[in-house]
Amino acid sequence: MSPKKVKPPFTFPRSLTERPFHYCPGCHHGIAHRLLAEVIDELGIRERAYGVASIGCACFLYYYYDVDICEAPHGRACAAATGAKRARPELAVFTYQGDGDFAAIGLTESLHAAARGERITAIMINNTVYGMTGGQLSPTTLPGQRTTTTPEGRDPRVYGYPLKVAEILAQFPGVAFCARVAVNTPKRVLEAREALRRAFLAQLEERGFGYVEFLSACPVNWKLDPVSAARKVDELTETFPLGVFRDLT
Amino acid sequence: MKPVLVKGSEAIALGALEAGCRCYFGYPITPQNEIPELMARELPKRGGVFLQAESELAAVNMLLGAVSTGVRAMTSSSSPGISLMAETFSYLAALELPAVVVNVSRGGPGLGGIEASQGDYFQATRGAGHGDYHFLVLSPASVQEAYELTAKAFELSEKYRQPAMILTDALLGQMKEPLLPRRLRVREYPKDWALTGARGRPARVLKSLFLGPGELRARNELLQKKYRAMRREARAEVLYAEGAELAVCAFGSLSRIVKEAVEMARKKGYPVAFVRPITLFPFPEKPFRELSLRGVRFLVVELNCGQMVEDVKLSVCGRAEVESFALPPSDLPAPEDIYRRIRRCLRKR
Repeated sequence: MSPKKVKPPFTFPRSLTERPFHYCPGCHHGIAHRLLAEVIDELGIRERAYGVASIGCACFLYYYYDVDICEAPHGRACAAATGAKRARPELAVFTYQGDGDFAAIGLTESLHAAARGERITAIMINNTVYGMTGGQLSPTTLPGQRTTTTPEGRDPRVYGYPLKVAEILAQFPGVAFCARVAVNTPKRVLEAREALRRAFLAQLEERGFGYVEFLSACPVNWKLDPVSAARKVDELTETFPLGVFRDLT
Repeated sequence: MKPVLVKGSEAIALGALEAGCRCYFGYPITPQNEIPELMARELPKRGGVFLQAESELAAVNMLLGAVSTGVRAMTSSSSPGISLMAETFSYLAALELPAVVVNVSRGGPGLGGIEASQGDYFQATRGAGHGDYHFLVLSPASVQEAYELTAKAFELSEKYRQPAMILTDALLGQMKEPLLPRRLRVREYPKDWALTGARGRPARVLKSLFLGPGELRARNELLQKKYRAMRREARAEVLYAEGAELAVCAFGSLSRIVKEAVEMARKKGYPVAFVRPITLFPFPEKPFRELSLRGVRFLVVELNCGQMVEDVKLSVCGRAEVESFALPPSDLPAPEDIYRRIRRCLRKR
C-alpha cells in the first residue's frame, strides 16, 4: 500500500508564535488564543491583522501572535482600535480584553465603538474577576461570589448586579455580530471558533462591530482545580447564557 | 498669495492640513472648537478622517491607534480635556509615537474659566502623565506662527519619534490676524516601526511594558538620550540683548503685550532686552545663560502663578537675579502695567 498523503488534522497555527503561554494551569486564555490564531489563518488576514493588547492577563498578547500588535492603556483598546481602523481601513483590527478592561474602566470606549459600528472585532474574556491583580471584584462578578475585595461575596445591595455585555451590545444597530461562548467542552470550542470567524466577517464584510465574549475559567482566583473550574463555567451560563445575540453576517 | 483673516485656532488647523495631517480626533471644549469644526469641513474633502470622540480619553487613544499605523494625525483640546488625556500622553511618549496634540489653554485649576491662561506650562513641559518623559512643546505668539509651528510639530514629532504639543491659549486661539498660508516644506522620516500589517516583514510590536532585569532602565536611558538630542531644536526670539541690564521674558500670546512694554521702556532709554522661548521643551537655555554671564537680570512675566520662571532660574543657575511677575488668569495686563513693573525692577538696583 502506497503511503497516502493526508492533511494533518491538527497543525500549529501560522499566526501563533511558538512561545509557551504564561497562563495559569486551567486558564482558558490559551484555548481562546489558539482559536483566534486559527481564525486569522483561515480568513487569510495575518498579513493585515492589527491587534490591540489591553491591560490584564492578556497584556502579553504580542508574545504569542505573529501579527502587528499595539498596546493600549487600560480600557482604551476599542478607542485605539478605532483610530487604527479609521486611519487604515484595509487592516483587520481586533482587541483582546478582559471583563475589567472592556466592561469597567473601558465601558465608555467599548460601547461607543459598538454604537458607531466600528469595523473592528472585540474579544472579551469574561472570567468574573480581575485576574492579573489577584482576583478582585469585576463588573461581571456573580451575586454572592467571593473575591478578594468582596470577602463575604458580592452583595447586590452594595455592588448591584453583573453587567451582561453581550445582551447590551445586541441592541446596538451598529453591532453586526455579537455572541457569548465558552470553551469548557469540545462542542463549545467549535462553536466559539465559528463565533470568532463571524465576528471577523462583520468587519471584513463592512457590516459593523463584531463582538465575542468568552466565559473563561480562572482556577487560581476562583480557588478551584482546573477541572472544577471548567465545570464551574456551566454555572456561569445561568447568569451569562451562551448564544448568538445578533448576527448580520 | 493673498493673506486670509483667520483665528489662531483656525491657523493651527490649516497648518496641520498643510503638514499632511490625515486624521483628527477630538471632543468639544471651549475655547478651541474652531479646530475640530474646520477639520470636520476640510479633512473628508481631502480623503482624511474626522471623528468626534465620546471623550478626550477616547480621542487621545484614537490618536494613539491612528499614529501607530504611521499616518499623520492630531487631537486638540483645552486645559481640563488635556488633563484627561494625560495617562495616554505617557503611553504616547513610551511607545515613541509621533502624535501632535494642541492645547488652547484656559484658566484653572478645576473648571477655572475660559479666558487666556498659561497655567498649563508645567503640565506641558513636565509631561502631565506618569513616569519620566517629555513632550516636545512649541508655543506660537501670532496667527502666522501658529500655522508654521503646527506644521513644524508634525515634522519634529516624526524626526524624533516623539509626541509634540502646541501650547497656546484662548487669546491667540480666538484672535484674528492675517495669515499668509504659504506652502511649507515638511520633511518625512522613515517609519520602520509603523503597524501596517506584517506583509513581507516580521510582525511589529509597540509596547511599553518592560519587566526583564534592567530592561526598563535601558528604556528610560534611551528616552533621556533622545530628549538630550532634542535640545538642538531649542528656539527663542531674542531682541535688544546688546547693552541690556534687564531681560524681560514671556512666551506665547502674552509675549506680544510684553514686547510692547519692552519697546515702551526702550523708547524711554531703559536698557531692556526681550526673550521669548518658542520651544518650551526643550527649553532654550542658551540665551538665558549668555545674558546671565553678562550680568543681565531677568523679569519673567506669565499668565499664571509663576511656572516658566523655574526654567529661567535653572538656565541661569544662580548667576543672575530672576524676578517673577506672575499674573494669575483673569484680566489681561496692559503694556503699561508691565512697563511700570520694568521701571520698578530697574530702579531697585
